[in-house]
Amino acid sequence: MMTMRAPLSDLPVMLQDVRMASGKVTILDSVSLTISPGAPTVLIGPNGSGKTTLLRVLMGLLTPTSGRVTWGGRENAPPERRAIVFQRPVMLRRSAEANVRYALGRDDPARIAELLALVGLSGLERRSARRLSGGEQQRLALARALARDPELLLLDEPAASLDPAATKAIEDTVRAVAARGVKVMMSTHDLGQAKRLAGDVVLLHRGRVIETGAASGFFANPRTDAARKFIAGELLV
Amino acid sequence: MTSGHSALELVLSADPALLAIVELSLLVSLSAVALAAMIGVPFGALIALTRFPGREAIIVILNALMGLPPVVVGLAVYLLLSRSGPLGEFGLLFTPGAMVVAQTILVAPIIAALSRQTIEDLWEEYRDELAAMNVGPTRRVATLIWDARFSLLTALLAGFGRAAAEVGAIIIVGGNIEGFTRTMTTAIALETSKGDLPLAVGLGIVLIAIVIVINALAWGMRRAGERYAG
Amino acid sequence: MNTRRTFIAAALGSLALGALLLATPPAIAQDKSIVVASTTSTQDSGLFGHILPIFTKKTGIAVKVVAQGTGQALDTGRRGDADVVFVHAKAQEEKFLAEGHGVKRFPVMYNDFVIIGPKADPAKIKGGKDVGAALKKIKDAKATFISRGDRSGTHSAELKLWKAAGIDIEKDKGDWYKSIGQGMGAALNTAQGSNGYVMSDRATWINFKNKGDLEIVVEGDSRLFNQYGVMLVNPQKHPNVKKAEGQAFIDWLVSAEGQKAIADYKINGQQLFFPNANDGNA
Repeated sequence: MMTMRAPLSDLPVMLQDVRMASGKVTILDSVSLTISPGAPTVLIGPNGSGKTTLLRVLMGLLTPTSGRVTWGGRENAPPERRAIVFQRPVMLRRSAEANVRYALGRDDPARIAELLALVGLSGLERRSARRLSGGEQQRLALARALARDPELLLLDEPAASLDPAATKAIEDTVRAVAARGVKVMMSTHDLGQAKRLAGDVVLLHRGRVIETGAASGFFANPRTDAARKFIAGELLV
Repeated sequence: MTSGHSALELVLSADPALLAIVELSLLVSLSAVALAAMIGVPFGALIALTRFPGREAIIVILNALMGLPPVVVGLAVYLLLSRSGPLGEFGLLFTPGAMVVAQTILVAPIIAALSRQTIEDLWEEYRDELAAMNVGPTRRVATLIWDARFSLLTALLAGFGRAAAEVGAIIIVGGNIEGFTRTMTTAIALETSKGDLPLAVGLGIVLIAIVIVINALAWGMRRAGERYAG
Repeated sequence: MNTRRTFIAAALGSLALGALLLATPPAIAQDKSIVVASTTSTQDSGLFGHILPIFTKKTGIAVKVVAQGTGQALDTGRRGDADVVFVHAKAQEEKFLAEGHGVKRFPVMYNDFVIIGPKADPAKIKGGKDVGAALKKIKDAKATFISRGDRSGTHSAELKLWKAAGIDIEKDKGDWYKSIGQGMGAALNTAQGSNGYVMSDRATWINFKNKGDLEIVVEGDSRLFNQYGVMLVNPQKHPNVKKAEGQAFIDWLVSAEGQKAIADYKINGQQLFFPNANDGNA
């Protein structure tokens, strides 16, 4: 008798007292966080605060030195329903559409065209992916991530080196994707971008979560001193 | 093969004995490269993608084996395949099969070492993305080998160059038998020792032409790789 | 680890496939063929190129000649890697028989050795008929002398001649005596390149194409006689030996037809080998 497996969800992702250390250096320190379905969560903080590491832990690419990570209540859940776009994504040595096809796992020209259109890369299907510009590669990486039909989409500084036009393209895609029910979590050091996109905000500093909360409340009335300084544009050391 | 021809005359006249020698040379070396690739590429990929105690030592040994002296390999294979040796019952000594065996042993470490380097380098690049896309071990290997195909083919061409150019191993295990195990390199050795230098030079011209073609192919391979795979 | 297992399986699979390919009988194998271990002089002189096609046409048996020095050829026979040995060092051949590796020795043909030297003739031996005296003059003049040094029939004959001249060459050799450990062609090349003297069989010398400044300086001494013998490798010791075909080759060599083929081989009208299978003392 065949049993139907109820589709397993990766959400909510829960970090419980996660610590990430490399030798003597502590990168993440007692991080406890819950990522639930809903509006995008934006991770902000100074450089070196551990944003990239946190996203990698959420993706499951790094195992914490101590503490627990669960996806939908499961430890060790393989990355079937979640995807990540790295800060410097690596293109496979193939054409743009071949990259998307690879992530998709099947040959579906209609879907591939759709995804490329979503990120604004229509017309560049046959181009060698490595020959694309930095912004185009970032968008292609996003198309790849979306090809996997994720529940949770993690983005590490997706517009860090992009011009405003390309940045807008990415932000529009993020909004569209979030509107369709994908939980987006992205890091940024651009406060404006955070304000534009965030539903929730997480402030990270020196590996610790300083403050979290709904974006509106966070920016209007930060509770902590560090948050206030950061929003004001001061250097958090 | 008639003497008294000038080297170029002989080459251009497509003397049938000369053609037979060239054909045998290509057959032996290509077979050796094919076998060496079947052994070397998976082995190189294995070393590239797994971690185990002693891995560094294996890599060093593999790189060192690229410099195996052909005469030493020839001697070892000779002793193995001799009728009074452990593998004598196959009757392979003094046959093209023995030459293929010897050249496979010479070429496999080259292909394995170069494959390992290529695949490991590409793996370093692709690692995070493939992990993020939940790519399993089999698909991972296939992806790496496919995306690195031009570099891997260059490794095969390097192996072929080594096989086509060597004489020390195949003259020992093949016996340089006329019409049977005489290749371009062994024929050059023989004709030189007989003092028939024009013929030796003619064969040398053909051999160098083949080496140039191989290198042209390797270059073309690299360019194709750059164009299609970035 | 899954990756490791996948790979080990793939690698073992490839090795197995490769082994399978090698173990199947090579498609290039001839139906009827024998391996004859012989000397470089019979090959380099072109004799085999002349007489073997006649034999193959008559019997359909292909003869695969592995040309090595006499010592190496006999060793090949000892290992059972040849069916027939055809060399020119009677003492070594008789030792081979005594060890049980050969069935019977048949004399086949003879030729002679000659002393080759540069036109300049530093040891002043040209035209001499006494090889012992010539060697002595070479040693006294410390003129460059190239030795095969490879346990070949020619090398054995050379050593015997030094001894007959009353010279202990192992003790008395100096920088002028160069032992190269290679075949006749290589020795002639070396002599040509270093303006030295060398002892060669006449047949290889006549067929040699890089004579340069070299010429025959001493010949005709009866001690320069060079006898060739052929033996079947003992099938009782080496069961893989192709007894029938090997014996057929030997029988043909000593037959009237084979002996005539040997006598017919000429370069520039000069006969190189003299058949003497009938000579009981050879």
